[in-house]
Amino acid sequence: MIRHIRHAAVFCALLLVALLVNAARVQVFQARSYDDNAANRRPNIARYGQPRGDILVGGRPVTGSRDTGEQLRYERTYSDGPMFAPVTGFASQEYGTSLLEHTEDGVLSGADPMLSSFPLWNDFTRARNPGGDVVTTLDPAAQRAAYRGLAGRKGAVAAIEPSSGRILALVSSPSYDPAALSGNDAGVARSWARLNRAADKPMLNRAVRQTYPPGSTFKVVTAAAALDAGVITDLDEPTRSPDPYTLPGTTTRLTNESDGCVDLSLREAFKWSCNTVFAKLGVDVGVRDMTATAQGFGFNDTKLRIPFSVARSTFDTTLDRAQLALSSIGQYNTRATPLQMAMVAGAVANGGQVREPYLVERTVRAGGATVRTAGSRPVRQAMKASTAARLRELMTQVVTEGTGTNAAIPGAVVGGKTGTAQHGILNSGTPYAWFVSWAQGDTDIQPKVAVAVVVEDGSVARGDITGGGMAAPIARAVMEAVLTGPHTE
Amino acid sequence: MIKAGTTVRTVDPPLPAVRLPRRRGIELALIVLAVTLSVYGYCAVGVARNGTVPPGAAGYGAGLGVLALLAHCAVRLRAPCADPLLLPIGVLLNGLGLVLIYRLDLETPGDRAAPTQLVWSTLGVALFIVVVLLLRDHRVLQRYAYVCVAAALALLTLPILFPAVNGARIWIRIAGFSIQPGEFAKVLLAVFFAAYLAANRNALAYAGRQVWRFSRIQLPTGRVLGPIVAVWLVSVGVLVLERDLGTSLLFFGLFVVLLYVATGRTGWIAVGLLLASLGAVAVGRLEPHVHSRVEDWLHPFASIEAGQGPNQLAQSLFAFAAGGVLGTGLGLGHSVLIGFAAKSDFILATAGEELGLAGLFAIFLLYGLLVERGFRAGLCLSDPFGRLLAVGLASIVALQVFVIAGGVTGLIPLTGMAMPFLAQGGSSVVTNWAIVALLIRVSDSARGRSEKENKNEQPGQMIP
Repeated sequence: MIRHIRHAAVFCALLLVALLVNAARVQVFQARSYDDNAANRRPNIARYGQPRGDILVGGRPVTGSRDTGEQLRYERTYSDGPMFAPVTGFASQEYGTSLLEHTEDGVLSGADPMLSSFPLWNDFTRARNPGGDVVTTLDPAAQRAAYRGLAGRKGAVAAIEPSSGRILALVSSPSYDPAALSGNDAGVARSWARLNRAADKPMLNRAVRQTYPPGSTFKVVTAAAALDAGVITDLDEPTRSPDPYTLPGTTTRLTNESDGCVDLSLREAFKWSCNTVFAKLGVDVGVRDMTATAQGFGFNDTKLRIPFSVARSTFDTTLDRAQLALSSIGQYNTRATPLQMAMVAGAVANGGQVREPYLVERTVRAGGATVRTAGSRPVRQAMKASTAARLRELMTQVVTEGTGTNAAIPGAVVGGKTGTAQHGILNSGTPYAWFVSWAQGDTDIQPKVAVAVVVEDGSVARGDITGGGMAAPIARAVMEAVLTGPHTE
Repeated sequence: MIKAGTTVRTVDPPLPAVRLPRRRGIELALIVLAVTLSVYGYCAVGVARNGTVPPGAAGYGAGLGVLALLAHCAVRLRAPCADPLLLPIGVLLNGLGLVLIYRLDLETPGDRAAPTQLVWSTLGVALFIVVVLLLRDHRVLQRYAYVCVAAALALLTLPILFPAVNGARIWIRIAGFSIQPGEFAKVLLAVFFAAYLAANRNALAYAGRQVWRFSRIQLPTGRVLGPIVAVWLVSVGVLVLERDLGTSLLFFGLFVVLLYVATGRTGWIAVGLLLASLGAVAVGRLEPHVHSRVEDWLHPFASIEAGQGPNQLAQSLFAFAAGGVLGTGLGLGHSVLIGFAAKSDFILATAGEELGLAGLFAIFLLYGLLVERGFRAGLCLSDPFGRLLAVGLASIVALQVFVIAGGVTGLIPLTGMAMPFLAQGGSSVVTNWAIVALLIRVSDSARGRSEKENKNEQPGQMIP
């Protein structure tokens, strides 16, 4: 009997071993797959169990967290939500995250292993770090000036610091309050449905996710290509352009808004925004060089992240000469995001160099220790430095005596270019008003800000829409805010 | 399989008269440790939830401590040679169970189970003391074998008269308390099996026919086997009617283990496995309730893929996985997501999530130690009834832990059962204290044999 008791004991021991092995399987080896199961609420409970880190603008948080006492405990709050929505995005318990809330989610939610001093140990103990903060490059005064300037009209503003690529303002209008999407109750679902249905698309980030025909503002690129390619060697030499200009290979005649464009020099044509001159210039430069220059500025780039993705600005590479003529004045298939046009202005201001734009200066732990910094961004020479210097001269004249006088700032050198872009079938749509510019205070050693403004306003009679009239004042307000802000000291 | 171990030994050869150390001091120290650990756990829950030690901590500690000390005094008085590990393990598991239930109470403000469980624990310890004080020799139980089986069958049939609760007719409700009589029947059946097999094991082992020529498998005659199979069939039948498959599985396992230990026949294992597979196939086919359990076990996430959200087993697996190696810490997990039965059948998931794999291993090893002490007592005893009783009681604990712990961790199909001592459920706690009391009694006999032999008591003579 002793022997059989031992057998029974061995059997029980085997049962024990089976339990232990199986427990290790569930709790260690397969734990990750169970944790990641979409039906498991624990990741969400843990995620919302602590206050989310904040997004800082000018050293001040524009976000916050509210303790609801529910199972998903903390909800996102926003101060000046609509103004910063194109930067922060939303952080919803129901609909996920977008924009910075999305790309920086690891730091904000505390999941990023770099938030811990001992990442592997944290992995072992499953401890969660307090959420870290995201310090943005935004200039709050510039952001506010842009948001107020648009005043609810459809449009967008993007402003960057040319020498670094730091994004100083990123505004899209009309906007929405992301706080309306934070929670998980019925009101949030209603807000979500309402915002998605709204005709004016308040959740569309027009500054980076919408492309517009750039119109005359694209003439900066065409001029750069012509100067770089040597098609123009002297700014004051007549360009031998007819008015009207018959598009090559067609009978379509291209005209100008203003008279007196026949045979103008590049300087005068730029000042008065002559379509005929620049259409012919583009054809003279050729598809290859036009494409190379446009891509140097960032057109056709699908990989730009600031850190959220930016819609691809396009310059068609397979064009006949007539299409090239139209493309060179920012029509046909040429499209650009406001951020892309700010980069164009920035390149002119920065000696021909394009700095990749970015929004996140650095991320920090709750205690203040730095997790990551933006570091040095890639730089690209879009045009020769000499070309950039001549374009600065041309753009300055636009503001001092041309179409962009509304952007002039006393005590600063301002260069700009207006644009009125037609669109729609047979150009029937209300044109978009554009203005791109840069500004350098008299005491600054280099331009401090480059900005692009687009206003797509359907409420004004068609003839009144010009970049100089509607967009330039907004650009001026943004540039003034940057020049008089703490950065100029 | 005839070998030395199966030769008939009604009386062991006399051992040299050595006085074994009684180790009651060690037992006391371990009890203090067990109570301290439980109070620590109780405080940890409060600190984790509210940042302060819960107000009832002193009362809880004092209550558990007094109960444990009373039990210890009873052991000192009437079972001085008993194994010193049994009582502390019972105290620790019961204390830990109270902590886990208290912790889950915090998530369900409308349902306070911990105070009730404490009352039942008190009753359990009271029964423990009564058994230790009144039952001077376990062999007395052998005389009441048929009383036990009658009582067991009565207890098993009783709930059929009461309305079903959650699909199972295993509860009876009296004065606000719900009782699960099947729990008590376990011990009674173990006593009956042990007594019957002890009396008839020779007949079972040697009379019989060979199944295959030249094979070593030999089946016993129907005459001897009849009564015991009948009892087993009745109990299993009742349980299938009551849809309590965990207990049914437990009885079956207990029956096979005891039969094998008593006779040493591998044939029993063959018969057992055959019956088990037949039963499993038949029940799985006929009973939709069981069929769905098997489906859940094979595909725990099927309900998620069907868009109905995670079922209890999936939530249980999530809870274990969330614990990882070290656990979230007491009071910091979310095992309450399991919902219904989180405090009873699925209590282990809370332990797994909040104490981690480390805590789960510790709990399993505590059970393992309890079972091992039972088997050890069985090995040291000289009378067959005592041996079978010790093995039977230890096997009840082992099988029950395996069935429910394996069920909630996805090792085997889930069947509703109480985790011994840990789970919410009064009848279960009381029964487990009775099991520990009987093991104390048996181990006292085993370890105290040499002392008794000094007084010229011949234990074998009392077998009827």
